[in-house]
Amino acid sequence: MRNHQGMEVSFAAAEAVRLCNVDVVAAYPITPQTHIVERLSKYVADGKMDAEFVPVESEHSALSLCIGSSAVGARSFTCTSSQGLALMNEIVYLVPALRLPIVMILANRSLSGPLSIWNDHSDVMSVRDTGWIQLFAENGQEVFDHVMIAYKIAENENVLLPVIINMDGFILSHMFEPIELTGQEAVNTYLPSYRPRFILHPDRPVTMGAYTMPTLFTEAKKAQEEALLASYPYILQAWKDWGTLCGRVYHPVETYYTEGAETLFVTMGSIGETAGEAVRLLREQGQKAGLVKLRLWRPFPLEDFLREIGSAQRLIVIDRALSPGGPGGGPVAGEIRAALYNRENRPQVFNFIAGLGGREVTVGSFQEMFVSSVSGKASGYQIFGVRG
Amino acid sequence: METKKKKVFPVRKLDAEEYFAPGHRACEGCGEVLALRLIHKALGPNVIVASATGCMEIISSPFPYTSWEVPWIHVAFENTAAVAGGIEAGLKVLQRKAKREKKKIVVVAMAGDGGTADIGLQALSGAMERGHDFIFICYDNEAYMNTGVQRSSLTPLGASTTTSPAGACQHGQTVWKKNMMAIAAAHYIPYIATVSPSYPMDLVEKVTKAANIKGPAYIHALSVCPPGWGISSSETVKLGRLAVETGVFPLYEIEKGKYRVTVNVEKLKPVEAYLQPQARFRHIQSDLDLIARISYRVQTYWERLKAKAARA
Ligand SMILES: Cc1ncc(C[n+]2csc(CCOP(=O)(O)OP(=O)(O)O)c2C)c(N)n1
Repeated sequence: MRNHQGMEVSFAAAEAVRLCNVDVVAAYPITPQTHIVERLSKYVADGKMDAEFVPVESEHSALSLCIGSSAVGARSFTCTSSQGLALMNEIVYLVPALRLPIVMILANRSLSGPLSIWNDHSDVMSVRDTGWIQLFAENGQEVFDHVMIAYKIAENENVLLPVIINMDGFILSHMFEPIELTGQEAVNTYLPSYRPRFILHPDRPVTMGAYTMPTLFTEAKKAQEEALLASYPYILQAWKDWGTLCGRVYHPVETYYTEGAETLFVTMGSIGETAGEAVRLLREQGQKAGLVKLRLWRPFPLEDFLREIGSAQRLIVIDRALSPGGPGGGPVAGEIRAALYNRENRPQVFNFIAGLGGREVTVGSFQEMFVSSVSGKASGYQIFGVRG
Repeated sequence: METKKKKVFPVRKLDAEEYFAPGHRACEGCGEVLALRLIHKALGPNVIVASATGCMEIISSPFPYTSWEVPWIHVAFENTAAVAGGIEAGLKVLQRKAKREKKKIVVVAMAGDGGTADIGLQALSGAMERGHDFIFICYDNEAYMNTGVQRSSLTPLGASTTTSPAGACQHGQTVWKKNMMAIAAAHYIPYIATVSPSYPMDLVEKVTKAANIKGPAYIHALSVCPPGWGISSSETVKLGRLAVETGVFPLYEIEKGKYRVTVNVEKLKPVEAYLQPQARFRHIQSDLDLIARISYRVQTYWERLKAKAARA
């Protein structure tokens, strides 16, 4: 029998940060991220974690402070949601550019306005093009595991990029779940202490954050993209090593009932579990439904995705954010359509914008989406279940 | 009071080493870079510097070149105090956990007046309030010079800038200069001082003191800007002196709450002596009422300062 403990997912996340022996935590409270930072500050106050907990005056300063601490070689952590991420947006771009392996948990919440504290993915979509490695967790165990995994990836000398772990606000952050906690020794073996080669040090002075003229800016951007793309095999390796250690194996694209499926749901985050239940029921009814879940959002695992969708005829892509005034649908569906456009025998893509600002998405919702797509009633994109 | 005989910093003790290499792109006669060079002579090699966006960043770090002989990082415009706070927190915990050798490193944040008093004020206030052990240096050239002489909250009353222009209806900057020293003092930090590169020994003494004091220190350096202020590039040092001699920019320190005027002026020169040579004040030369108001304000501030120092 494995040793599972029931706990709030936010506390499991904080426990993982503690196990990672993080040196500096800087964060500013925002619902639904608060329980993570509260727990971390208590750990520090109780002497259970040897770290500097810096209660900064804004999210902008939270990430800026992590840049400073990471640049001197400290393992650094922040977490936020929604408006907090929007406020730190300027600094989000700078972390990959400075190649600093900061880890951030994003307790996904909608962006105002109107103000809403509830869950969707509009916050993370606003930082899509910042150059961070971006992962989605589906349940509490995945959140816990991915804190260790994220540092393992980020600090790899061949990667040196920051990582965002997305966890749905409330639906995950405030849920009580059974979590299998990994022991300190196992974490230490998996994640040795961070020994960066380039740090701010008076004995070996370096200049960080120099600016470029037009003659070099494009090359700098190309180098950043290459670094992000090149991180892919190390992400796989980090998952593989974690699997060896704990027996839980992760992939860039997770699948459920894809064999022989004609219609595939595509999801990111916690609704994957609900979608899975819907797929199981549809299969029971003899429908050829399946599910593809994107765990890795950046770098986009295109080859894995294409392999997993196989020869399905229909994709039902669920977006948790709207791209107002765009050429059609949400950001995820837009990317998938673009990726498929030049391929022969491409599947039809249906797009449902669902679960905005905490609106419930149930097993029944997926069944409805399935029926309207298969019957050809759905087209382009639609905001699922919207009134008016 | 300041008339007491005080120890004078001997010139020969000034570090011969340069920590800011020549070949940078500052304008001729730049008072900001003069202050910067002296400040780093005072600080020596064991520093880590976080810089805001602005003139000093732009002139010193066009990739792949750098003027910095000490470790230096630039991130953005408004967050340099937060970055420095992170450097300090990082060094502290890493040394405690024996992941970095124990060694005194002075953490320095630097910004222009905009990066200090306007867009950077929140991060600065946060870092001072939290008590990070660092020095914040405001290089005050009294406008956003890097972007072309726009007004800041530290632009003095009457000065013409590109966003507080002198016109038929408006005489340049319409409001008084914000008092950053008082704002820093309101945080009860252990050391606060004004410095000017026109008084290099006073500057070096204060920066040395700031480096040796535990907790936040705030240094406000008046940085004469020939193109922005409309003076000849050979007048920088002279104008910096006039700022002190007229009482426009008194040199003083507040150490653990105690005020001390470090460069006494027996009798202040009339403010006109300072205003007159600068093109940014040209349009107010005949506005005697405005000049009288400026003069009164300068005089009163100076008297109050001396009274505070006398009480100390
Ligand atoms: C968020 C943000 N807003 C505006 C700018 C544009 N900007 C760059 S430097 C600068 C002015 C700098 O002025 P100051 O801090 O006084 O320093 P100086 O250049 O005069 O030394 C401005 C407005 C920026 N880089 N970032």
